[in-house]
Amino acid sequence: MAQVTLRKLVKHYDETPAVRGIDLDISDKEFVVLVGPSGCGKSTTLRMIAGLEDITAGDILIGGDVVNDVPPKDRDIAMVFQNYALYPHMSVYENMSFGLRLKKVPKDEIARRVQAAAQILDISELLDRKPKQLSGGQRQRVAMGRAIVRDPKVFLFDEPLSNLDAKLRVQMRTEIKKVHQKVRTTTVYVTHDQVEAMTLADRVVVMNGGLIEQVGAPNDLYHTPATKFVAGFIGSPAMNFMPCRLEEVAGGLRVRLSEALAFPVPQERAARYRPQLKNERLLFGLRPEHIIEQRPHLEPSQVPFEIEVEVTEPMGMETLVYFLVSGSEVCARVAPEAGARDGARMKLVADLSKMHLIDDESGRVL
Amino acid sequence: MSATAQAIGSAAPARRGSLQRSRRWALIWSYVFLVLFAIFFLMPPVYMLIMGLKTSGEIAAMTNPWWVFHPTLENFKALLTSEQYLTFFRNSAVIALAVVVITMLIAVPAAFSLGRMRFWGSTTLATGVFLTYLIPDSLLFIPLFKIMAWVHEHTGIALLNKWWALIIIYPTLTVPFCTWIMIGYFQSIPKELDEAALIDGAGYIQMLTKIFLPVALPGIIAATIFAFTVSWSEFLYPMAFTVSADQLVLPVGIVTTLIKGDVYNWGQIMAACLLGAAPPLIIYAFLMDYYIAGLTAGATKG
Repeated sequence: MAQVTLRKLVKHYDETPAVRGIDLDISDKEFVVLVGPSGCGKSTTLRMIAGLEDITAGDILIGGDVVNDVPPKDRDIAMVFQNYALYPHMSVYENMSFGLRLKKVPKDEIARRVQAAAQILDISELLDRKPKQLSGGQRQRVAMGRAIVRDPKVFLFDEPLSNLDAKLRVQMRTEIKKVHQKVRTTTVYVTHDQVEAMTLADRVVVMNGGLIEQVGAPNDLYHTPATKFVAGFIGSPAMNFMPCRLEEVAGGLRVRLSEALAFPVPQERAARYRPQLKNERLLFGLRPEHIIEQRPHLEPSQVPFEIEVEVTEPMGMETLVYFLVSGSEVCARVAPEAGARDGARMKLVADLSKMHLIDDESGRVL
Repeated sequence: MSATAQAIGSAAPARRGSLQRSRRWALIWSYVFLVLFAIFFLMPPVYMLIMGLKTSGEIAAMTNPWWVFHPTLENFKALLTSEQYLTFFRNSAVIALAVVVITMLIAVPAAFSLGRMRFWGSTTLATGVFLTYLIPDSLLFIPLFKIMAWVHEHTGIALLNKWWALIIIYPTLTVPFCTWIMIGYFQSIPKELDEAALIDGAGYIQMLTKIFLPVALPGIIAATIFAFTVSWSEFLYPMAFTVSADQLVLPVGIVTTLIKGDVYNWGQIMAACLLGAAPPLIIYAFLMDYYIAGLTAGATKG
């Protein structure tokens, strides 16, 4: 049993706050990803869990015990670093067994555990090599192997894939997921890459400015973001934001985006949005995949409109179409055969059931 | 080097000819100067060898200084059978080895703590260590002499005119520089390495012995060679602190015993110098690669 609990956790570097009081409960065997832009405090949080940084205030609990002042080696954790941090003078076997040898684990037990971990990671043939003779991906596997053999309560990953090239990164991402399915150890994983966060996590923790913006399952964050930051951070290409205001019309509400363009608000949301009729600082948010080309059969929530295409970006399986709505650039994802051309007029469809209304003042999604 | 030149050449094929020509000229000039410098610096040892192989008579006859007409090993034989010369040699060797050991025992932990363990004032202290190295040793021997006299006066331990006392003195020259080299070397080791070791369960001592010493081996060897060379060739301090013939070290011994009044025993002086230069030369030859790697550490990543 190894839950990790953070209670009102604060970290200041001299006077600069890095983490400004966060609460988080990570349950046993869970894979939690801390994600956010650089400087959001995610790495600092991880390093505090590891014991590599002192905490300024608050508590960290691992397996129910407060570990605030417990040195890293007694926290029963293992960490994988961005630059692997393999011991350059030791072979792969020695690297993986270093922690066990320090703990004076019997030799045959060490051999058994290293072999088992090497099997999981498919590095059995590399055990005699030095780190210098390994590729980036292999080094990353060894670093993970070093963590696995220790059989710790918690795995900590600090941007482990950032040093790999794009293709290898995707491959190792799957690899990490498989390893977690096999060893089922509570894992805290830090990354700035929202795709990594979405694909790996049981739960994603989005951090910004030293605070937690939102915690949730990947799909929940995607479909029901709590704040403008989360809405814009999760998803690629990012969600479109357009300044708007609400209008009361016969039969319901309307969001007005420009003189020419206004969309009806779905009936079921009218009650929720009505208090915002006076709000001058509203944003209308809609993901690119919810603005598509005109189709013969439309759902009731899908509303057609016409735009002038600025730029198109053909991606193969889809084409990204960029256009302007009263000054803000908006992206749509249309089928390649829809015939989008730079500078041409085009009919698109917006799926209003997926719309978000954001109070730009507070940044909350309404 | 050639790969770079080729890469540039293939990127701009029109300029390949001129690049190769300028590279050829650069090489020619490098060789010219390298040969000149090699001749310049090799002349003294070669001269020492030639003179060491001549008899006193041949030297006095002032024949061609670059040729031996009647080569003899008499000078070397005389030295290697001379009790006195062997004493100098032994004194020098014991001092040099002891100084290397003491220096490394102080410099490595000092550099590790100053370079890796962040604590209040560690940067100031590190700079302080370096500053002490900037003070010329020729300024320090008088105060050191006073200190040794004072110690003798108050404790009764005689430090002056004792060859082993130099073992205490030389580290004042070697420790600051070796610490400085090692600080630089330890700092070039990525900090994730000690964090990984900390998490793996290593204490600071284990981190030093199991991770840092092996990884920083080139730096340690560079520092060792430096400490050895300094204590082997130091002239001023033994000249000032030791007097009796049996207390002398090699550099001072050669000069004081082989020059009798105005009689210069050139053949033996040259042979003695050559023999004296041999140990550092042999050590360099074996450890040269490490030494260079140590002095240029941290210049590039990886």
